[in-house]
Amino acid sequence: MINMVIDGKKVKVSRDSTVLEAAKQVGIDIPALCYDKNLEIVAACRLCVVEIDGKNKLETSCSTKVREGMNVNTHSEKIDTVRKDVLQLLLDSHPNDCLTCQKAGECLLQKYAYEYDVNFVKHDGAMRPHLVDTSSPYILKDDSKCILCGKCVRTCSEVAERQVLAFADRGYDTRIVLDADQTLETSSCVSCNRCVTVCPVGALIDKRTLGKVRSWEGEKQVVKCKSCQYGCNFEVIKNRGKNIAVKAMEPTEGRPLCLRGRLTTEFINVDKPEKPFRKIDGKFEETSWTKALGLEEVMEKMELLKEDE
Amino acid sequence: MTNTIKEVQNSECMFIIGSNTTENHPVIGAMMKQAKDKGAKLIVADPRRIELSNYADVYMQIEPGTNIALLNGMMNVIVEKKLYDKKYIDDRTENFEELVELVKEYTPERVAKICGINEEDIIKAATIYAKANSAGIYYAMGITQHSTGTHGVMSISNLALMCGNVGKEFGGVNPLRGQNNVQGACDMGGLPADLPGYQKVFKEEVVEKFEKAWGSTLSTKVGLTIPEILDGCEDDSIRFLYIMGENPMVSDPDINHVKKALTNVDFLVVQDIFLTETAQLADVILPASSFAEKDGTFTNTERRVQRVRKAIEPIGQSKPDWQIIMEIMNTLGYKKKYLNSSSIMEEIASVTPQYGGISYKRLEADPMGLQWPCLDENHPGTPILHKEAIARGRGLFMPCEYVKSAELPDKEYPFIFTTGRILYHYHTRSMTGRVEGLNILAPSSYVEINEITARKMDIKDGDLVKLSSRRGEIETTAKVTDIIDEEVLFMPFHYAEGAANYLTNTSLDAISKIPELKVAAVKMEKAKKIEEAL
Amino acid sequence: MKINIDNKSYEVANDSTILEVCKLLNIDIPTLCYDERLTPHSACRMCLVEVEGAKNLVTSCSTRVRDGMRVFTNNEKVRSARREVLDLLLSNHPMECLNCEKSGRCKLQNYAYEYDLVDGTFKGETRKGEIDSSNPFYIYDPEKCILCGLCVRVCDELQCSHAIGFEDRGFDTIVATPFREGLINSECVSCGNCVSVCPVGALVPKSLEKFRHWETKEVRTTCSYCGVGCQIDLKVKDDKVLGAQPAFDGVNQGLLCVKGKFAYKFISHPDRLKTPLIKKNGEFVEASWEEAYRLIRQKATNIKEESGADSFAGLTSARCTNEDNYLFQKLFRAVIGTNNVDHCARL
Repeated sequence: MINMVIDGKKVKVSRDSTVLEAAKQVGIDIPALCYDKNLEIVAACRLCVVEIDGKNKLETSCSTKVREGMNVNTHSEKIDTVRKDVLQLLLDSHPNDCLTCQKAGECLLQKYAYEYDVNFVKHDGAMRPHLVDTSSPYILKDDSKCILCGKCVRTCSEVAERQVLAFADRGYDTRIVLDADQTLETSSCVSCNRCVTVCPVGALIDKRTLGKVRSWEGEKQVVKCKSCQYGCNFEVIKNRGKNIAVKAMEPTEGRPLCLRGRLTTEFINVDKPEKPFRKIDGKFEETSWTKALGLEEVMEKMELLKEDE
Repeated sequence: MTNTIKEVQNSECMFIIGSNTTENHPVIGAMMKQAKDKGAKLIVADPRRIELSNYADVYMQIEPGTNIALLNGMMNVIVEKKLYDKKYIDDRTENFEELVELVKEYTPERVAKICGINEEDIIKAATIYAKANSAGIYYAMGITQHSTGTHGVMSISNLALMCGNVGKEFGGVNPLRGQNNVQGACDMGGLPADLPGYQKVFKEEVVEKFEKAWGSTLSTKVGLTIPEILDGCEDDSIRFLYIMGENPMVSDPDINHVKKALTNVDFLVVQDIFLTETAQLADVILPASSFAEKDGTFTNTERRVQRVRKAIEPIGQSKPDWQIIMEIMNTLGYKKKYLNSSSIMEEIASVTPQYGGISYKRLEADPMGLQWPCLDENHPGTPILHKEAIARGRGLFMPCEYVKSAELPDKEYPFIFTTGRILYHYHTRSMTGRVEGLNILAPSSYVEINEITARKMDIKDGDLVKLSSRRGEIETTAKVTDIIDEEVLFMPFHYAEGAANYLTNTSLDAISKIPELKVAAVKMEKAKKIEEAL
Repeated sequence: MKINIDNKSYEVANDSTILEVCKLLNIDIPTLCYDERLTPHSACRMCLVEVEGAKNLVTSCSTRVRDGMRVFTNNEKVRSARREVLDLLLSNHPMECLNCEKSGRCKLQNYAYEYDLVDGTFKGETRKGEIDSSNPFYIYDPEKCILCGLCVRVCDELQCSHAIGFEDRGFDTIVATPFREGLINSECVSCGNCVSVCPVGALVPKSLEKFRHWETKEVRTTCSYCGVGCQIDLKVKDDKVLGAQPAFDGVNQGLLCVKGKFAYKFISHPDRLKTPLIKKNGEFVEASWEEAYRLIRQKATNIKEESGADSFAGLTSARCTNEDNYLFQKLFRAVIGTNNVDHCARL
């Protein structure tokens, strides 16, 4: 443990933490869009900037390690101005559609815009192009809402055989692509939903919850996937007395998430599950639950046994 | 209330006396206005032209302290016109003849003079009330806070019985209880002669039952009421005083007397959520949790027991009141422990017949709660009292003569001083005084003065005036108005600065020991402005 | 009486409206201006349904059921009519869900989602108006108002204060006080019953702290002011009470007064007593619970020995719960041994 001062309060924090983590340990939340405790740190969004005594510039708290005797301020006029500017820039190239956006209520951009009182303003400047990938029955990718935090790319690359998502192009044209600019359907994406769980905004959405329920409605219950020994966490969403959807939660502690696990969890928990799809040769095809869950042999054997009886 | 709140909206006739309902029970007040919109008849008697009087079919601006005369006058009209419910009187009441005898003397002509109102209005009010198929009477402290308060209540009951309105839907005798749980505090035995459920402390079988339930020896001597306790503090017969969630330094009559008593007592414990004027005089202050931080039940004015649920953790080191009391019981050697408020309710139900069927389980099951009497776990509760039969067998008429208030205006103290509450504050403002918006809407103490009186005395709206009675004097701001008679002054009692209760009279009703807060004699003069005084 | 709704037959009581019948049968019909406590207004046109044989769609809130009636509550014709209604409303509504205080509890937002309208399509002039923030407890923003009239009718029919009404005509209509003198100068008694029914962000309370509806939980309890015993849902975020909403299934039937609606703000006031205090040499000194109890025990023991149980007295409280009061009198009667217990029932 080391001693330091955060917002005027003397605190003891663990030696190897970053300033952002240290603040969290003492109950101070520093806003951050690209930071994720399970992912590599990239210090890209600049929202987590803080003042550190002895430094002229603001520092990104996600990438700065604590030191004995360090004196940090997480709020000041200067900091708030930077954060507001960052948020305003993001909003300026973001569609104003919280009215119906599936992410509303869980969106970090919305959360921080509200906290820092930053609003959409009408302007004639450029907006991100309205590129929406609707090719997958499982994931909706809306580039116009992307804030390029890169969390999806990082989480996708953590699983060796996946590594589907990547940055492409430069400057204002930067965007996230699949393989060499393929669609969700034609790419090697396995619909595991890892990227969806970390996306802070509405750029990557679980399509099977789309239009069913708003984040603030319904009750949520956490269940463990029974498909394999990892036991990934899912939320079962219940609205008006019916289980209407499941949603993958963040993949932690080595839990990888996969489509089969998701479908299994959905099949078990949702009252009326939608039809499943399988990707065959770069095309999504509607299939039966027996096939989707890989139970053909099991079912055949069961039929046989039943006949024997 | 003998009846329920939800009946108000569909009333046929309402008689409001001594209750400024729209300010003090605003939601019931709104329901009364709804009923009026739907065609109900409305009779209002009050010394101030309160909001409801603007909607009334008959409004009688009676002089403070003349309720009983008015009620007797109305009964006189009903007897004369034979508008009473003869069958009901024969079947369900007794002693009607004695009442008839007494009200004979209260002719509209005589009563009009006493009350300072029109004869025709008395006749009209009596006729409307008596002709209605059902008529509810709603009253509050305007009836009770008099040296004849109990008689006032009896007179209301006489009127209701006479017209068959007791035990009837949309009728009844309906006191509107002021504080959130004043009904419950009484039910629970917060009274010197009553154990929980109004079981008397001097009855052998009662004491035996409680001694067995509580495992200790009980006193059968009736205890002291607040005024007697305060006197006791002053003459050293009371040495240990424990005040929970009360602020007599603002709410009780004759504050100078209260202050002497609380300063003199050997040891004063005050338990509250804020450092009130009373807490400042304490030897020990115990921090209590507010209603949002604890579980429990309140009993509302229609005897409905409803849940209070913990929404947040106790602030600071404060604790729920029941927990503090339990810990004091334990520290004084009584070993009983309660895990939660629900287990206290179990004990309450086991010793209080009216609450016999009340449990948290049932209160959770029905969002409307339960109205006592609720005798056992299958009893549905009792919305309307005396429905099948009057509780004591037959309804007893208790004829009461009008008696003047204890202190009347004279040459030296020419004004009748009366007190009450306003919409924007609650009791002694320990809570509402800490809500910024309410202080914007109702910032400070004031006295209502009739515009003619004000002109005569050269007092303008907003002027500082000095009021004095035989007990004390205060300065406050003049509010010139036409809703009050020339010889009457009205002040809200909420404010500690310029507190109305420095002036009020400690004279008590002999039966209920309620102080006569509604009538005192005062004088008024323009206060010198600060620069003039210097 | 037999009627057919969405190709299913039902037996229903006569004398009710289509909307009331559907409510009983758990068939959802969207409404913006409907409130079961008020006379039907048929203004918002969201509750349109198709009745077989009728020339036009009818408003279900004001149409009574008839024997043999066939009703369609959710066919494409009905849905597209509702979409049209929402489109018109959204076209004249600021797109501020990002920061709107009502977001998450807004009926317009909910229906836009349900009927899949991303924005209004009639782009032209939008209503302009000044925010009235003169009342200390709530604001009115005419630009967000959808003119459903619930506030006006609640003020007229339930609160009976008649403080607000529709002003001007046509496109310029707004809800205002007579002569536009501002809420603070009107008959308004700050009951906030208009705020409680506003389906959108036009009437919103001034809160102690900013919060989003989805960050709060609601706890049903009994109001701690007068003896009416109104049921309220306290809004709680991070262990702080930030709002109160009247319950519709309590004695108050969805109504509150200024104290019940807004005067919860004392709860977290910095003046709250946080530790026991003991007076030493005329000054209050912070103490532990143990110290306070020890002192009380000492004094109680001494005084009881010297002067007996009847030299003790207690004032219990009409503000506290039944359980608090029961234990308080039990302390005096069963533990101390006196009946000197009273409270301010008479004040």
